[in-house]
Amino acid sequence: MSNTGMVGVYQPGDSLLHRAPVGLKLGCLMVFSLSIVLVRSMPASWVFLGVALALGLVGRIHLLTLARAARTVLFFAAFVGALQWLWYGRDKAIETFVDLVALSLAAVVLSATTPVNAMLDAFIRWITPLRRFGVDPERVALAFGLAIQALPGTVALAVETRDAARARGVRHPRAFLTPFVIRVVARAHETGDALHARGIGDD
Amino acid sequence: MPTISFQAAGVSVAAPGGPRIVLEPTSLELTEQRVGVIGANGSGKSTLARLVNGLVEASTGRVLVDGVDVARDGGAVRRRVGFVFTDPAAQLVMPTCVEDVELSLRRHEKSAARRHEKALAVLQRYGLGDHADVSVHALSGGQKQLLALAGVIAVEPAIVVADEPTTLLDLANTRKIADLLFDLDQQLLLVTHDLDLARRCDRVLVVEDAGVRFDGPADAAVEHYLATVAGR
Repeated sequence: MSNTGMVGVYQPGDSLLHRAPVGLKLGCLMVFSLSIVLVRSMPASWVFLGVALALGLVGRIHLLTLARAARTVLFFAAFVGALQWLWYGRDKAIETFVDLVALSLAAVVLSATTPVNAMLDAFIRWITPLRRFGVDPERVALAFGLAIQALPGTVALAVETRDAARARGVRHPRAFLTPFVIRVVARAHETGDALHARGIGDD
Repeated sequence: MPTISFQAAGVSVAAPGGPRIVLEPTSLELTEQRVGVIGANGSGKSTLARLVNGLVEASTGRVLVDGVDVARDGGAVRRRVGFVFTDPAAQLVMPTCVEDVELSLRRHEKSAARRHEKALAVLQRYGLGDHADVSVHALSGGQKQLLALAGVIAVEPAIVVADEPTTLLDLANTRKIADLLFDLDQQLLLVTHDLDLARRCDRVLVVEDAGVRFDGPADAAVEHYLATVAGR
């Protein structure tokens, strides 16, 4: 299912970005995101997009992966851009559209050059001091990891449910939404059982 | 060989929030290496299997694995009991193959490097060495079940419970997964609709209407089941 591939999945490699520490990469993404939000100008937006694309090149990310990520966000970015055009004019709309694409590409570069387990390990290290306040770092990190992983599966469920509704000739949104929500909840239960069976959360 | 016991006047399970019994009081002592469970849909087979590692809690009675009470020390039991589900898509929870096996190893190996090394070795053993960094969503149904099994075997459990592990697979993959399961050194509790697989077991339980109606050698159990179905 092609739709499931739109969330960045790790691509093995030995580029500079692959070898960079997780904390550094996340920190840079944070600074990059803040800069995009705080610096409001059209030329800066194009520079941000250039930086995101350059990072993709440095990380040797497959062009297809970047294109898929861009395709996914294009719909949302176009919608937001259209609203901006309506309210603030063409320049603001283009600036917002380019900013959103740059931001999503940077996020894809991070996830394509960083294994989820490496992110989990780093996250566990960072929040371990919170253990004294009753926080279980392993569980919190796993919850984040699962949330990331759940996205492609949920998209796949949505596509299956939509196709099933179409196959029965039903076009009403309720015919999609009701079974979709039920299937997502059922999948969450199954995943919980699977984690339980693997002893995750027993310690 | 490990021992799975259903004790204390029989293990039973009531449906949550209702009077319906999904498994009648059952007393068993399973010591054979390969134990099969067959029966109709909704008969209570999966409930019986799920009791063994605490996915379902007994309403009455006790389930013991090598003397350890599942209700009292579920964590210790789950270290000894691996569980393979029907739908591997629900079992695979990490983005790539190697990461999913690494998740299983988290409780057993603290070093990330050694965890990675072990996970790669397991994938290699199961013919998925070339797929280590492939998305779990990109795998075929057979490969997904293979990966799910690899994730279970990676932590070297004493018992493997497999709940209809071949139901969603084609013939070739069914044979592949079945051969892997029957080649395991571990004790195997196999819930299946595939009577050919059931015949390969040392002992087979026939579950009907929430109870074990036959318990004996594989051929006799399969014949009993076929006669029951024919008589309906």
